[in-house]
Amino acid sequence: MSNEPRQQIHDSTAPSTDTRDARIGEGLDNRFNSKLREAFGASPFILTKFDQFMNWVRGNSMFMLQFGIACCSIEMMSTYAIKHDIDRFGAGVPRASPRQADVMIVPGTIVSKFGPRMKRVYDQMPEPKFVVGMGSCTISGGPFQEGYNVVKGAEEIIPVDIHVPGCPPRPEALVYGVLKLQERIKNSESSPVVVKPYELEQFGDLPQDELVQKLASEIDEDDLVMRYNWADSP
Amino acid sequence: MSTDIEPPRTAETTEDELEALIGDRAIARDDHLNAPGFVINPDDVQDVLADLRDEAGFDHLSCLTAQQYEDRYESIYHMKKYVDPTQEVSVVVPTTLDEPTSQSAEPVFRTADWHEREAFDLVGIDYEGHPDPRRILLPETWQGHPLSLDYDQTKPQVVTLSEYENPIQPDHIDSESDTMFLNVGPHHPATHGVLHIKTVLDGETVLDVDPDIGYLHRCEEQMCQQGTYRHQIMPYPDRWDYVSSGLLNEWAYARVAEDLADIEVPEYAQVIRTMGAELCRIASHMLALGTFALDVYGDFTAVFQYAFRDREVIQDILEDLTGQRLMFNYFRLGGVAWDLPEPREEFIAQTRDFLDELPAKVDEYNDLLTTNEIFQIRCVDTGILEPEVAKEYGCTGPVARGSGIDYDLRRDDPYGYYENLEWDVVTEDGCDNYSRVLVRMREVEESAKIIEQCLDLIEEWPEDEREVQANVPRTLKPDPDTEVYRAVEGAKGELGIYIRSDGTDKPGRFKIRSPCYHNLSVLEQMVQGEYIPDLVASLGSLDIVLGEVDR
Ligand code: SF4
Repeated sequence: MSNEPRQQIHDSTAPSTDTRDARIGEGLDNRFNSKLREAFGASPFILTKFDQFMNWVRGNSMFMLQFGIACCSIEMMSTYAIKHDIDRFGAGVPRASPRQADVMIVPGTIVSKFGPRMKRVYDQMPEPKFVVGMGSCTISGGPFQEGYNVVKGAEEIIPVDIHVPGCPPRPEALVYGVLKLQERIKNSESSPVVVKPYELEQFGDLPQDELVQKLASEIDEDDLVMRYNWADSP
Repeated sequence: MSTDIEPPRTAETTEDELEALIGDRAIARDDHLNAPGFVINPDDVQDVLADLRDEAGFDHLSCLTAQQYEDRYESIYHMKKYVDPTQEVSVVVPTTLDEPTSQSAEPVFRTADWHEREAFDLVGIDYEGHPDPRRILLPETWQGHPLSLDYDQTKPQVVTLSEYENPIQPDHIDSESDTMFLNVGPHHPATHGVLHIKTVLDGETVLDVDPDIGYLHRCEEQMCQQGTYRHQIMPYPDRWDYVSSGLLNEWAYARVAEDLADIEVPEYAQVIRTMGAELCRIASHMLALGTFALDVYGDFTAVFQYAFRDREVIQDILEDLTGQRLMFNYFRLGGVAWDLPEPREEFIAQTRDFLDELPAKVDEYNDLLTTNEIFQIRCVDTGILEPEVAKEYGCTGPVARGSGIDYDLRRDDPYGYYENLEWDVVTEDGCDNYSRVLVRMREVEESAKIIEQCLDLIEEWPEDEREVQANVPRTLKPDPDTEVYRAVEGAKGELGIYIRSDGTDKPGRFKIRSPCYHNLSVLEQMVQGEYIPDLVASLGSLDIVLGEVDR
């Protein structure tokens, strides 16, 4: 494909192109004349609110966190890979570091040992950040809900914007979920506020009960801990 | 017809010989469906196990099952021979409830290290003389042992997010040394999931690694103990090794439960099972290949995407067959859920198309990977795993076969329809990362051969004999206290299950022997003295799945 303007655009916008050329002046490389510029014609301006513009940009350029947990991550990889290719929607480059990512897909079962880690990774992502919960495990614990070690859904630890149900959801479903998230971002909808029962707190701040006293010799006062009250879980 | 090579059998160790060998140390007999069982005293463990290994050739400690009864704890060592896994013996070690202490088998079998840590963690048996008695799957601060009888699941637990040891701290071995400590994971692209490896480095050389697992411990054993035999357990195996190995895992459960309840599977169903399982094996090896390329070259564009392209084709075929892309739930006790999809010709043609295209694709992978110079530099002679070490750590599957251990349960302990088909067991003698990749690539071709033959059989099968399921009662209640341990060849190696029935329609104890767990435990032996990039390559070549490691 050449960078020459397509004929029909050229034809129909010839007068304005001329005006523009006159304004830009001589000597500019033809490569800078994008087709989008052509289409805008003589006045290459759009009027919009800055916030709206930012959200539009945000929604169309999402950097996912490369984050594999369990079975769902296999389908997540399929979503990134050939055939489903989520890059078509501007969301296809997984970043290995949470500091460069703005969307976290949580693809799998969260267990007690991983909960604090996931919270930490989430905290390391810069604002504004969004979370897509993938699979029944992130909704309720899924097939493992009754397990002694399983957190009953990602929302117990971090806020989740979009839930994609399925075990595992098909790649198409995940694509749909990401599209819905983009739609929400573009419309400036904020994420739901969740009551999160499990927070990271300093061990010294936990209410003193039998368990805490028993562990006092093992854990430092300032260590961050997560306390799971399994009995209160849904 | 039969397999090309007959399994190399040794003279069988008869029960009388075993009795003579163990002698007075056996305080009783406790036979299992699969093997004779000898009950011994807790302080004879090392003695008996060493004798069994050295005198009778039981060199494979396949599994250790720990469980609690109303009146005692019990550890069962399931032993086999690498040359002939049909020769089995169980060593049963009871301990009292008040003082559950048993001698550690670690000095005899290195692989007992992780086995016994797990048994301590989940059931609460102490192993005396164990070099490293820590929890392995649950967090260090966990209270109680979840698979013991009096565990209260509703009690709160506190889990720490302690910063891992400080990397900049000058030394971690002694004050003289100039080493550095490095954490790899638990959230790291090269760990294939949520694995944390504590690494000690001297410059760029790895001195020591300590895998920290349990970030995906989803209580699979508890879930299976809560499900009824007939239908509620089958969906879980799909989620152990979730890299499309679903049918292979389901077979592990189907095999053990069918043995337990004495169910005959119709031949036609066995052919379909064999075909489906091998399709899964190809899909699983493709992913291993793709992610391995990602690990050693950072190749997200060519090999990774090609591997996924080919996986998609298999996933489509499997979806047509089973109705799901990944979590098939297709096997039933006594057969499979349904026959091939209609129109059959179309399904068969589609599968044949895939097989026809496969050789060209394999050539392409060989061009891109195995004959590629950079790839060879990264993989040849790195991550050496000697066969003796592999056996000591209980390695199986492509990892063992890449070290020249000729061990494949499909041939050596036949099940399904494998006996009647023509195919080869692939081994390579290189013992390095390269050999393990080669084994997987060549196994893909062998699997294709198997599928081809299954398709021929299916096509010609007379229409009125296409029986896909045996008649199995609605509720299964095997006789109380029947114990059985059975294994199949999963994508990653020997996937075994132990079940003890307690007279109800749910298992009294359900124990999973995961191949990845043992293949991962050998990592420390493979990478000591290697460079850190080789650590990543070696880990990739082990092809672990954390779902199966942690269960
Ligand atoms: S929702 Fe299903 S497929 Fe996804 S992680 Fe959970 S068990 Fe695995």
